[in-house]
Amino acid sequence: MAASRDKYSVLLPTYNERENLPLIVWLLMRSFEQSGNDFEIIVIDDGSPDGTQEIAEQLIKIYGSDKILLRPRAKKLGLGTAYVHGMKHATGNFIIIMDADLSHHPKFIPEFIRRQKEGNFDIVSGTRYKGNGGVHGWDVKRKLISRGANFLTQILLRPGASDLTGSFRLYKKEVLQKLIEKCVSKGYVFQMEMIVRARQLGYSIGEVPISFVDRVYGESKLGGNEIVSFLKGLLTLFATT
Amino acid sequence: MTKLLQWLLTLALLGATWATLTLNLLGLSPLPPAWYQVLWPLPTYLLVTFGCYSLGVVGYRLASFNDCEEAARELQAQIREARDDLARRGMKF
Repeated sequence: MAASRDKYSVLLPTYNERENLPLIVWLLMRSFEQSGNDFEIIVIDDGSPDGTQEIAEQLIKIYGSDKILLRPRAKKLGLGTAYVHGMKHATGNFIIIMDADLSHHPKFIPEFIRRQKEGNFDIVSGTRYKGNGGVHGWDVKRKLISRGANFLTQILLRPGASDLTGSFRLYKKEVLQKLIEKCVSKGYVFQMEMIVRARQLGYSIGEVPISFVDRVYGESKLGGNEIVSFLKGLLTLFATT
Repeated sequence: MTKLLQWLLTLALLGATWATLTLNLLGLSPLPPAWYQVLWPLPTYLLVTFGCYSLGVVGYRLASFNDCEEAARELQAQIREARDDLARRGMKF
């Protein structure tokens, strides 16, 4: 059966994640061992000064270099190029992208895989805004901004997916490759543009509700700058797509 | 066609229809006089209705946003489990 030959490459872009990296890898290992899917974890570290790479080396010793791959880059570069870089080394036919800061729990990955198979979707996106999805660690103000921004986006872009700024997704490898070529934005807007372009290109999108537990270690960032650049990005997509 | 263009086109079409009817631009007076009392403030009504709808939807979604306390507790427990297990396998944090 072709299905049993599916392999999932998890791309983990990191920058100063020495606290979180061993934990996320441990959770990933357990999730995949339980579900029995073939997988690999590709750590793309952008030259973290905190020793993230040394931690990754230790993990390779524990779990093996066929399961954990460290593919670092010299300095902090964009998220889009991190995915391109990671994909060059990926041997799976599916790519899973997620944050390494424990806000995305690997327990949802088997659900992503099931959902993908159900509808042969090109993309499966985690959503905080549907079903049992949600967030932890956000105050009312942050929730209001999130809900407001999401509503505005839905009205203006009608993207056909409920969580546009989330970054916990599963892609068919060739689909992700095509999308990255087309996308030009940065940060939050990058994830949004990926979905909007996917829609334009006629790719199908499935969704899985996820719980998002905001950073346990380290600072979560949402300042005025993020909001302004989000709005700029939204209007750019509104006017150009 | 971009989303911006779609919006402008739809608004222009609706606006033109409304203006033609209310200002009786074609001079036909096709509607009974009572209708004009509704037609004249219609855009304002629609705008207010949409505003209320938006506030309602965002308010409801804000109130019903799951807090995921259980997920956070579960994660904390798993973090301890992971640390212990990794330390046993020789991991130096």
